[in-house]
Amino acid sequence: METITEESLTAKFDYLTPRPSSDHTAYNCPSAHLREFVWALRDEHGYDLLLDVTAIDWDAATPRFTGVYHFYSTARHVYLRVAVDCADNVNPTLPSLADIYPAANWHERETYDMLGIVYAGHPDLRRILMWDAYPYFPLRKDFPLAGIQTELPAADVAESTKAKVKSAPMMGGPFVSKRPGPMSEAEPRALDESWTEQSEKPAENTSRAD
Amino acid sequence: MSQIKEITIGDVAKRSADGEEFSGETMALNIGPSHPTTHGVLRLMMELDGDVIKSARPVVGYLHRGDEKIAENMTYNQFVPYTDRLDYLAPLANNVAYAIAVEKLAQLEVPERCQAIRVLCCELARISSHLLGVGVYGMDAGAWTVFMYTFTQREKLYTLFEELTGARFTTSYTRIGGVARDIPDGWLGRVSDFCDQVLPVLDEVDKLLTRNRIFMDRTEGVGTISKEKALAYGMTGPNLRASGVDLDLRKDRPYSGYERYDFDVPIGTRGDCYDRYLIRGEEIRQSVRIVRQVIDQFPDGAYYAEDAKKIFAPQKAKILTSMEELIQNFMIVTEGPRMPEGEVYFEAENPKGALGFFIVSKGGGVPYRLKIRGPSFCNLSILDDLLPGHYLTDVTVILGSLDFVMGECDR
Repeated sequence: METITEESLTAKFDYLTPRPSSDHTAYNCPSAHLREFVWALRDEHGYDLLLDVTAIDWDAATPRFTGVYHFYSTARHVYLRVAVDCADNVNPTLPSLADIYPAANWHERETYDMLGIVYAGHPDLRRILMWDAYPYFPLRKDFPLAGIQTELPAADVAESTKAKVKSAPMMGGPFVSKRPGPMSEAEPRALDESWTEQSEKPAENTSRAD
Repeated sequence: MSQIKEITIGDVAKRSADGEEFSGETMALNIGPSHPTTHGVLRLMMELDGDVIKSARPVVGYLHRGDEKIAENMTYNQFVPYTDRLDYLAPLANNVAYAIAVEKLAQLEVPERCQAIRVLCCELARISSHLLGVGVYGMDAGAWTVFMYTFTQREKLYTLFEELTGARFTTSYTRIGGVARDIPDGWLGRVSDFCDQVLPVLDEVDKLLTRNRIFMDRTEGVGTISKEKALAYGMTGPNLRASGVDLDLRKDRPYSGYERYDFDVPIGTRGDCYDRYLIRGEEIRQSVRIVRQVIDQFPDGAYYAEDAKKIFAPQKAKILTSMEELIQNFMIVTEGPRMPEGEVYFEAENPKGALGFFIVSKGGGVPYRLKIRGPSFCNLSILDDLLPGHYLTDVTVILGSLDFVMGECDR
């Protein structure tokens, strides 16, 4: 294994750009070069652990989604953060790393489940935390904290009970002040006090998010 | 002279399973999500050929509560109680990991006394988690008594936690920039007493389990994970160390003053269920060693960062008497601690593995994005690779040896 410092990676891979970070070395990598870069990280630079795969939803900004990877070298005890912007805001896609690091398999399924990022080449891209037929991506910023009313996962139970997966009443908190605003309105309030367990829930828009 | 040929039951079973005339239809078997083997709400969908597992598909998510979404909607301190519920067998260690992650974002150093309290918390949590892990593991393998021994000790720990934090289970002890309160009078002495009591019990467990023929037969050579495979699947903690990888974040990237204490990191050689059991037993002993050193050199000073006025809420007495502190308290409670913009990723060496927090901040008191890396989630992802080829009876032993918690897996 070459002893390459994190800084010299930019010299070797000219498509990398340094990313602002409060702790570890971080790079932005174009999505087209990600797999090539990660192969090199694993085989030539000793990053033998892929610890975490996730993504950030920047809401109104473009690019809207950024995939984030954290690698660790068990020999040199250093972390490396790699961020990859998704070109498409509506159907975000990233290359899958599941064949390079099997650890990526479940992480990518989770990121797909929570944020709707499609990992091209993933062997088994199903939802992992929510049920298979769940229609939304709950960690997207446009998904409300309370949740959206949906059908029960089990059709036979839904048929006999007429029950639905309901969104949660928000009158119990969390209590956060609205910023920015005048001090008189800074008092922490529940995010949505429009309905409680006693008063009926207002009708909601049930159109699918995706 | 007749030749003696030894035949073990395993050989016969193996042969019968491999033999062509016996391989017929496979059977689908579902375990869980509510089953004692799965230590929580894990579901396994398996395909069996006789007694041998052909394929296994773990299904997780039954305990998903949307912790990451919740975190984006509340201030940093408000999220502390949610961290209790990640690895609910070691809530103190989660509290500490979360607090350090946020402090890294704020570039905040806590005083030595606070660090020492946190190390104590982490190590006691580790002892508590491993005591349960070892005890329940004995039960998984068919030895009931060990569980009673270790659980008795764990109960004493809970009493200590209650004295320290006010709660036995959901401790919520840390705050960003410190801990909720200082240690009570005489508490260190009682922790020291506990250390004296737990070591003889570990010897007892050794006698009951470690050289127990039945236990060894059930665990040795079962569920072997190679070094390469453990790394590829992103395993961490005792499970990774049992496969022979020397990775302990307390040594490699010391946090909260771990560099001040002397301890060994046990490493396995074979990576089987027996190794994973041995590692946990030894880690309890090492944790006791750390706890004793912390008590011996317990520093004086403040238990919170005194200069972090916009992060750690002032003392109650001052809030009630001083205008300045009253305003500070109001701002911290309403808007949350004042945080800079930035991205941090911090992992702590928790009992189950590396618990990581990735925090994206746009400034202010609420995280923009908070990703939790649950070690149990990663440790479980190896199951569909690990289980095939084993007997159905080994499922219990393998699951138990991975010592996972679904609260942390499903988040």
